[in-house]
Amino acid sequence: MAELPPALSGFWVTFSTMFKKVNTEQYPEEKDKYPPEPRFHGRHQLNRHPDGLEKCIGCELCAWACPADAILVQGADNSTDQRFSPGERYGRVYQINYLRCIFCGLCIEACPTRALTMTHDYELADNSREKLIYEKEDLLGPLTQNMVSAPHEMVPGTTEKDYYEGKITEATPEQRAEVAARTDEESEAVR
Amino acid sequence: MSGGGADWNGTEMGLEEKLPSGFMLSTVEGAAGYARKNSMWTVTFGLACCAIEMMATGAGRYDLARFGMEVFRPSPRQADLMIVAGRVSQKMAPVVRQVYDQMPNPKWVISMGACSSSGGMFNNYAIVQGVDHVIPVDIYLPGCPPRPEQLMDAILKLHAEVQEEKLGSNRVKQIAEEEKEALVAVPTIDQRGLLR
Repeated sequence: MAELPPALSGFWVTFSTMFKKVNTEQYPEEKDKYPPEPRFHGRHQLNRHPDGLEKCIGCELCAWACPADAILVQGADNSTDQRFSPGERYGRVYQINYLRCIFCGLCIEACPTRALTMTHDYELADNSREKLIYEKEDLLGPLTQNMVSAPHEMVPGTTEKDYYEGKITEATPEQRAEVAARTDEESEAVR
Repeated sequence: MSGGGADWNGTEMGLEEKLPSGFMLSTVEGAAGYARKNSMWTVTFGLACCAIEMMATGAGRYDLARFGMEVFRPSPRQADLMIVAGRVSQKMAPVVRQVYDQMPNPKWVISMGACSSSGGMFNNYAIVQGVDHVIPVDIYLPGCPPRPEQLMDAILKLHAEVQEEKLGSNRVKQIAEEEKEALVAVPTIDQRGLLR
């Protein structure tokens, strides 16, 4: 078979490309069409138990595992009038420095309670160093219908073991009443 | 800074100098911002693995040409934007500074990736702990390396800032205010804990 002259065969590639599907992602306009892979490592999230208590127990294993020293955790004891997590301890201070974080996921592997996981949120750029240190409030997962925000008591008659065995499925009326009473007090104090 | 910053900040284009302060300036500012943000040329400045993602962003699948940014200028004198892509070693720091100084005003800097933003996981004597020790940074972009969508997000956030940028006497006022703030701010080298 006679071959095309080199110049023509080159232009043939250019010409035939005109009839191919464009593979450009229209990023800001159609970003929902190109979601990250399921295992993508994005921004962290601090999870909650189904009744709204926090899963973080302030053990600092994530901070120890972090190769970039991006995580700062300070644990504190749960007291009888302020309970943030089932069991003894909770994470009082939780900061992640996203300028240091390399999104390797070692913190997620280290977490013994699955309190820390990663989301698919990747639009993190900002214009100052301060704004890229995320506090606990920025990282905590959203409250669903069945949750009420910590601090509140555990479900009556349960231990932390019941929480980890998945026996708690939603906030009880007692817990809802407690949180409602607390938020009322706070709003009156503001007034 | 006395006598107006026009001589050194170089953000003037001639026309707005003739206009009295405030009069029509906002319209001119809008037009200039629109022009600036839609033809922002980047200086070729890849230092490490982030540069691979930067090149991918320029290529067909992500296509920075959609934002008028496909030309990575080999000369800093033709560039408006510097994407510091990768770790900055102590030996590279003076080079970064020189390339930045050679760029004509107005100029902007995106610090791409953990290493150039803060040193990342390389907290040692060889790496500058954040390129903002050397040059002013407009947008910090976390990620190791950031995916092309993240870089495009940072670029779009920078575009939004450029659109709002002031001109003429307003710009002089803005620079004076920023200078006042910067003088009382804690220097990066004195910041402690996670800010360091």
